[in-house]
Amino acid sequence: MRGARHARWAAGAAAMALAATACGGGGGSGGSADGVLSSSWGDPQNPLEPSNTNEVQGGKVLDMIFRGLKRYNPKTGAAENMLAEKIDTSDSQNFTITVKDGWTFSNGEKVTAKSFVDAWNYGASLRNNQKNAYFFGYIEGYDKVHPGGGSQTAEKLDGLKVTGDRTFTVRLNQKFSGFPDTLGYAAFAPLPQSFFTDHAGWLAKPVGNGPYAIESYTKGSQMELRKWDAYPGDDKARNDGVTLKVYTDGNTAYTDLMAGNLDLVDDIPAAQLKNVKNDLGDRYINTPAGIIQTLAFPFYDPAWNKSGSEKVRKGLSMAINRAQITDTIFQKTRTPASDWTSPVLGVAGGFKEGLCGDGCEYKPAEAKKLVQEGGGIPGGQVRITYNADTGSHREWIDAVCNSINNALGNDKACVGNPVGTFADFRNQIGQHKLTGPFRAGWQMDYPLIQNFLQPLYYTGASSNDGKWSNKDFDRLVDRANAETDTAKAVQTFQEAEKVVRDNMAAIPLWYQNGSAGYSQRLSNVALNPFSVPVYNEIKVG
Amino acid sequence: MPEQSDGVIAGTGMGGGMDLAASEAETLEKVPGGPLGTGPAGKPRSLWSDAWHDLRRNPVFLVSSLVILFLVVISLWPSLITSGSPLQCELAKSQQGSQPGAPFGYDGQGCNVYTRTVYGARTSVTVGVCATLGVTILGSVLGGLAGYYGGVWDSVLSRITDVFFAIPVVLGGLVLLSVVTSNTVWPVIGFMVLLGWPQISRIARGSVITSKQNDYVQAARALGASDSRILLRHIAPNAVAPVIVVATIALGTYISLEATLSYLGVGLKPPSVSWGIDISAASPYIRNAPHALLWPSGALAITVLAFIMLGDAVRDALDPKLR
Amino acid sequence: MGRYVVRRLLQMIPVFVGATLLIFLMVNVMGDPIAGLCGERACDPATAAQLKREFGLDKPLWQQYLTYMGDVFTGDFGTAFNGQPVTELMATAFPVTIRLTIVAILFEIVVGITLGVVTGLRRGRPIDTTVLVGTLVVISVPVFVTGLVLQILLGVEWQWIQPSVSPDAPFGELIVPGLVLASVSLAYVTRLTRTSIAENKRSDYVRTAIAKGLPRHRVITRHLLRNSLIPVVTFIGTDIGALMGGAIVTERIFNIHGVGYQLYQGILRQNTQTVVGFVTVLVLVFLVANLLVDLLYAVLDPRIRYA
Repeated sequence: MRGARHARWAAGAAAMALAATACGGGGGSGGSADGVLSSSWGDPQNPLEPSNTNEVQGGKVLDMIFRGLKRYNPKTGAAENMLAEKIDTSDSQNFTITVKDGWTFSNGEKVTAKSFVDAWNYGASLRNNQKNAYFFGYIEGYDKVHPGGGSQTAEKLDGLKVTGDRTFTVRLNQKFSGFPDTLGYAAFAPLPQSFFTDHAGWLAKPVGNGPYAIESYTKGSQMELRKWDAYPGDDKARNDGVTLKVYTDGNTAYTDLMAGNLDLVDDIPAAQLKNVKNDLGDRYINTPAGIIQTLAFPFYDPAWNKSGSEKVRKGLSMAINRAQITDTIFQKTRTPASDWTSPVLGVAGGFKEGLCGDGCEYKPAEAKKLVQEGGGIPGGQVRITYNADTGSHREWIDAVCNSINNALGNDKACVGNPVGTFADFRNQIGQHKLTGPFRAGWQMDYPLIQNFLQPLYYTGASSNDGKWSNKDFDRLVDRANAETDTAKAVQTFQEAEKVVRDNMAAIPLWYQNGSAGYSQRLSNVALNPFSVPVYNEIKVG
Repeated sequence: MPEQSDGVIAGTGMGGGMDLAASEAETLEKVPGGPLGTGPAGKPRSLWSDAWHDLRRNPVFLVSSLVILFLVVISLWPSLITSGSPLQCELAKSQQGSQPGAPFGYDGQGCNVYTRTVYGARTSVTVGVCATLGVTILGSVLGGLAGYYGGVWDSVLSRITDVFFAIPVVLGGLVLLSVVTSNTVWPVIGFMVLLGWPQISRIARGSVITSKQNDYVQAARALGASDSRILLRHIAPNAVAPVIVVATIALGTYISLEATLSYLGVGLKPPSVSWGIDISAASPYIRNAPHALLWPSGALAITVLAFIMLGDAVRDALDPKLR
Repeated sequence: MGRYVVRRLLQMIPVFVGATLLIFLMVNVMGDPIAGLCGERACDPATAAQLKREFGLDKPLWQQYLTYMGDVFTGDFGTAFNGQPVTELMATAFPVTIRLTIVAILFEIVVGITLGVVTGLRRGRPIDTTVLVGTLVVISVPVFVTGLVLQILLGVEWQWIQPSVSPDAPFGELIVPGLVLASVSLAYVTRLTRTSIAENKRSDYVRTAIAKGLPRHRVITRHLLRNSLIPVVTFIGTDIGALMGGAIVTERIFNIHGVGYQLYQGILRQNTQTVVGFVTVLVLVFLVANLLVDLLYAVLDPRIRYA
């Protein structure tokens, strides 16, 4: 009896294995329907609220399902009116914004001035825990809805007033001539009423006003977006939809692209860059993006903040063979940096090639001398801290260290210090535990030179992780912000940038390009200056 | 008699690998008639001399011992067979193939793969040996005490063993090691000991329970020997055989585990030079520079293999049933 | 029998509490998850404080644990940082991993036992040596190397399989990942079966069966195999829990969105609720599998009776 049971079990197992093998031979379900492309994605770690999304993967989706007052031109990066009919100001502090007529959300609701004001109030309010709340920090009344400590004393921003169905006014707490240009950032997107009335429902399937609408969303796995046929804008989707598939490992996504299992990979891992020409031919794009990689320093640590330290920092900078690393490790998907901004700003926007001078050139002999003059490396060894869980950081950190070691003639002068998780990496930075330089990447929020300097180097600024502080720099930035003439403002910002240079507040490494590879089904693929694919332009078939 | 069933279970979190060694070793302790053998001349020989007699003639044992001896020697004196420094890397030589001075070629960073493979032996052997020592000592002591004293002690210790057994090892490694800032080998070893001891503890416990019932132990007790004397003089020598077998095999798996942890980004940190670090660094470049992956992986596989075969040979020698 | 089961179930309680507490402590050692949540740009202190309050991270650790366990017993496993209930994550992840585990176990049973029986019956012959060396090689190469090599060879060079698994994870796509996951255990099952068969082949009852003239295949299937499989079944049973928890590496290589993937993500983001929730379920699976194996043991071996 028992024996018989065993036999049946075994037979069943064998049959299942056979069946499984049989299924395996056929084409999998990896491909997508006609006109719909599949694209690699990372699981966004926060809910997909516009004012709560602070990383590229969530930003990708928002870029497809939302259109704001402004939109950054996918090619030039210039801020252009999208939903804004006009934004008027006479003093760079009070703005009157008129919303275009005829726009709706994909659920049919009209986009009005209230859609914006409600969304911004939601984003600024402390009780909603929105991680991008500081974007509303320029608006008057922010300190009441989002105080630095204690509980909020107001529900809404004083500076926002709806004055008509399609008009509202914004009053800032200081002059900021660049304000209209920041409005293309996702945090400033309008929100439909359903966001407030059925929040959980909205999060499960976000509704926006962009060229795509979300059809289904399986968190942590994939999202199906479909073209919204009634989209009123002129940048309608030129394909039928996009399927975003979550990958844990960029190498797997690339492998899938090669196997025809995926149409678009928008961040090719460093390890595969050598193969792209061979594997993809001209189905590979490599375009500049508003991203700069730097090494930041712990200025809260006296060892790095004494007189002479700037010589050590400059020496380290000159010990890094940027050209060789960008060629060998990154296969020219990075460009050696020679200032602290990005080429996508353009010369008029404040990018100035060579502003760094010889401090960013590879001069091993001088480097060694400078480090010695500056009193040597604090502690005898530089430990460059980075997070090992994402990106291809290990490759370049190791290469930077080897370059420094070779220049200084000491095998152990520099060593990479991987931290297991991004969360812990940020923790160690936040708690000032690091005693050496650390990886710092900056992706612009909006294409203004201000965005490359103020958040990173202004005293107490949100991303000034190394706590660098310099009165001259602060003063120049304040002056630049108050400047109503754009050219003059840019010039003043560049003066401030020179202060950064003279102190080598951070070592600029390289400007990062966006790189993407795609399948034979696709054409007209491009990346915008934020290194996000311009999905609505892609043609399938 | 649930106790017996406890002894038979070989559950684990070690990726499944090591418990079979445990199960295989279980058969040892149940050998009827105890561990005494009889020599050809009728003169009684101990289990150990009997085993040694066998081992000396076993080619598997000889080969694996030689491999291990070689590893130990180059771990202690790597400069015997290589002159370079494992930290001397030039990006200009990135991914170049075999050439004079670098028989295994260069890896993605332009480091000499041969030199790094030689120097990697030290780290890997250190991790394996230290982790095994720690696990064996902690596991035998706790398992032995539980088995010898029984009762409440046994229940409590057994439940604690279960607790640590229930945590999947790779998962525990990710959690515990992700916050480590030290770049020495000790956190990795400490973690292996912390989550590895239950495996040995179970074997030791079962083995002590079996030995405890032997006549000579009863006799010693009747003669008034102290607990510590009975444990050390009478039980330990006979209970230790299965522990050694499992420990030898486990040593190989710890070396392999170090590589897996490196692959997940929580293993050893530079400037440590280890096979795990090199394998995980080379694995994304498998299509362009397979040699950088092949050599450290090969070295690792041979080492693990040597320890497993050694454990196998020792087990066969200790198990009279398989003669 | 009934009393034995009750006793075992009671023993599970302290183990369950201990294991969950242990993992809870371990995850908390990892530190403050809020910094990672805020991304490259640190959250302002007010938001950070409020987020902490919301996730209950401002309470003392013991209180967090008690609250958490209290919730678990009412079926509430908490909320992941992306706002999704952990139970929902489980509902999508566990079916995938269970399928993967089934494939792996099938490999262990079908391939592992077959090879083990063949080699056990032909000890010392060339086929025995070949298989034995093969299993040793499988054991000594790290799983992630095996996985990556198979993925490149089968998925890209020869195009036999899809290099990654689609979100639905049908059985067909899980064959190679299942094989990779099973590989080490597979090698062990082979070796265990071989040893066991070789041992029992010389036992009295097999000799008796042969002596009384039973046909060879009947001796093998009815007498030899049944007794030899007892330790193998034990091993495979206890391997279930280990396979499910050990799938982190395999799921990462083949981009399978199962338990291992969720755990990996949870750990990277220091998401206590996700990690503790999934491990709690894994611990339960492990304990129940252990109990079932012990009971099965009694069924297979009539000599064992549980009081």
